[in-house]
Amino acid sequence: MSVFILRRLLQVIPTLWVIATLTFVLMKLTPGGPFDDEKPVSPEVKALIEAHYGLDQPVYIQYIRFLWQRLQGDFGPSYKYIGWDVDEIIAQSFPVSLELGLYALVIALVLGIPIGVLAALNQDQPSDTLLMGLAMTGICLPAFVLAPLLIIVFSFQLGWVNPFGWFHAGDRVLPALTLGLLYAAYVARLARSGMIEVMREDYIRTARAKGLRERTIVFRHALRTALNPVVSYLGPAIAGLISGSFVVETIFFIPGLGSFFVNSAFNRDATMIMGTVLFYAVLIIFFNLLVDILQMWMNPRTRHG
Amino acid sequence: MMSLSIPYRQLILLTVCIATGCTQDQSNVERGVRDKELYVGIGTEPAALDPHLTTGLTEFNVMASLLEGLTTLDTETMEIRPGVAASWDISEDGKVYTFYLDPAARWSNSDAVTSNDFLFSFERILTPELGAPYAYMLYSMRGAKAFNRGENRDFSSVGVSAPDASTLVIELESPTPYFLSLLTHNTWWPVHPPTILKHGAMTDRISKWTRAENYVGNGPFKLEHWSLNHSIVVEKNPYYRENTAVKLNKVHFLPINADSEERAFRANQLHMTSSVPIHRLDWYRDHQPENLRIFNALGVYYYILNTTKPPLDDPRVRKALAYSINREALTEHVLKAGEQPAYHFTPPNTGGYTAQVRLPYDPEQARKLLAEAGFPGGEGFPEFELLFNTSEAHHTIAVAIQQMWKRELGVNVRLHNQEWKVYLSTREAMGFDIVRAAWFGDYNDPYTFLSLGESDNGNNHSGWVKPEYDQLLEQSTVTAEPETRRDIFQQAEEILLDEMPIIPIYFYVSSKLVDQSVRGWHPNILGYQLYQSISLGDGSEGEVSDF
Repeated sequence: MSVFILRRLLQVIPTLWVIATLTFVLMKLTPGGPFDDEKPVSPEVKALIEAHYGLDQPVYIQYIRFLWQRLQGDFGPSYKYIGWDVDEIIAQSFPVSLELGLYALVIALVLGIPIGVLAALNQDQPSDTLLMGLAMTGICLPAFVLAPLLIIVFSFQLGWVNPFGWFHAGDRVLPALTLGLLYAAYVARLARSGMIEVMREDYIRTARAKGLRERTIVFRHALRTALNPVVSYLGPAIAGLISGSFVVETIFFIPGLGSFFVNSAFNRDATMIMGTVLFYAVLIIFFNLLVDILQMWMNPRTRHG
Repeated sequence: MMSLSIPYRQLILLTVCIATGCTQDQSNVERGVRDKELYVGIGTEPAALDPHLTTGLTEFNVMASLLEGLTTLDTETMEIRPGVAASWDISEDGKVYTFYLDPAARWSNSDAVTSNDFLFSFERILTPELGAPYAYMLYSMRGAKAFNRGENRDFSSVGVSAPDASTLVIELESPTPYFLSLLTHNTWWPVHPPTILKHGAMTDRISKWTRAENYVGNGPFKLEHWSLNHSIVVEKNPYYRENTAVKLNKVHFLPINADSEERAFRANQLHMTSSVPIHRLDWYRDHQPENLRIFNALGVYYYILNTTKPPLDDPRVRKALAYSINREALTEHVLKAGEQPAYHFTPPNTGGYTAQVRLPYDPEQARKLLAEAGFPGGEGFPEFELLFNTSEAHHTIAVAIQQMWKRELGVNVRLHNQEWKVYLSTREAMGFDIVRAAWFGDYNDPYTFLSLGESDNGNNHSGWVKPEYDQLLEQSTVTAEPETRRDIFQQAEEILLDEMPIIPIYFYVSSKLVDQSVRGWHPNILGYQLYQSISLGDGSEGEVSDF
């Protein structure tokens, strides 16, 4: 197990290098720069501004310097938000995305797993069709449709919560629901298919033959294996959830990482793009590793894989 | 499936708990009125709060609460009012301004605002190494241009001096009639030298002096809190020179986009928005006209023609394209927010000037001009491209104009959109036939618009060069007499419309949602907002701000 983890950790280095290099190259190839604006500055001024950020150097020097800085954990200053460092911005916005992502994750699991299991146990019955129909709707309903609907009902009709912001405890509800419901739908489908498959296994039949109660079979024996697809989905899903959703953050005006991630590309804020891309990459790698370890623990068959 | 009842019970419990635990008893608007705190949407996150590095109106409007220049503007009448300078003398030739600073002017850390602070600030923005994008706003000061371009590295060569701590003398290159209104722009505002130097060198762009814990300003408010994409909160500055006149305790600036802003306003969470989404205008017109404010803005929407590319190098072709656009149809049926059709380039009543020359809507003449240029009925006219930055609104306008050109002239145009930064770099490199553009005046004077046509202006992307035009614009900078100056602008505008390197389409309007509790807020063409004059009432006082 520890050899496996060590090997996976060593793989992180080339992966991150490739991601960083690719991002660097793509950024250099993209037309338009961070200091272009509706009212353009004179070429002389632009050159001076670029010199501030070392952009007057030849590209290979920029690349080497860029790699060296990242190795030292220095993400550099944002080009767009003058006076702010990228790591400061991430440090300020990530906790927000993390909090929102965790609520959404809880909603996704608390709703998704029971619905999926329930549907599987009633396979092909009306309740299954109904629940999966709901899940399908959830998957098909994009956040930019769901969010305004929730706002209309819970903010404008019922007046329970604010339609925007990240100021009070209650402001967390609607964005968490929007994000959570979408993932709950996926989780429900995965849980259902996992459960259906497991319930056909020999060992379940054996358990039934032993005369175990259905409840014991489902919770003690079937569930752990049935949730395997859910767990492998959770790796990238958690990384996605906690690194912020651009759409949800924009609609609800939440100061999370997602809007910086997307807007940095529009702004050609190169250091910010690189910072958020690498941060996201590390998150994904970490959670995938975590999922692999978890799966090994959950499923003896993959333990020696 | 009784076995699943436990998770369901938990779920119901969670839902109920969340729903009840979060009910808000009071909205921002009500709380704001009670505590004298204004909640205002600003559309986007400001790029910076350093007056020497920013260019936008969003930044201006936040910084206007934190800093103050020599003069200020009455937002209602657009008249010049004293700022840090309590009074001033102007020499007879209009080239030397002597400012006497208000002895009550203080920084938010209680230091006095001195004329040396202004010297430091002017030197800072003009030093080339800072790379201040708007340093040219100070070019009317003698020697400022040469210093900023690095031609003269000695700041004492610049026409500004401080005979004593409360007197500031500024010498101009030429009499600049709008000089006092220029001073209201953030590029002329002072920064607190010890604060700047504590957090880096004078010309460090990347400095932490603008953080809430470091910021020292001389405005009516001081920076209390700033977290990106969340909020900027300013509170009353006890050291402000007219501290007693400031009625608000705090202002909360929220960088929310237009759609979310409108929802926030509807839920009573904002006193003012930065704009109104076009698709919501009609609803407010019908249901809450008292909250909807639409007013003229000092901005023009236009197309730039690449005059170096045939057949657009022929003024007759350019005029034919311009004359065949039905602007009224555009503003009435496409734009609908109350925009004005633009029959000339400079918006009406810019610094008291309105162009007399008008370009016609005359498809008949347009066809004649096109025929004269060798393309009767559009025959043989090469298909060309109309470029705009990706946006639903620009696309709709482009489609309408494409139809007009097709119908009236038989000319085919291909529409092409590019993402914002790509579009900017294409425009900069003149890699277009026709490109959409917009210009908002930096100050209330025709020069800010008409100088775009000067051949050496960095924003003249049309490739159009007319020495006669350049001379007129040059002349306008050395003429003090307002009447003569307006005549010069009239002549320049005539040449511009006769040559038509650009096609004006419409003049912008601004729209805002403003709650009834807001007092003392006045719309103006520059979009300037001053928070020291705003107060909040519960509606019982009966005072209503002007429309």
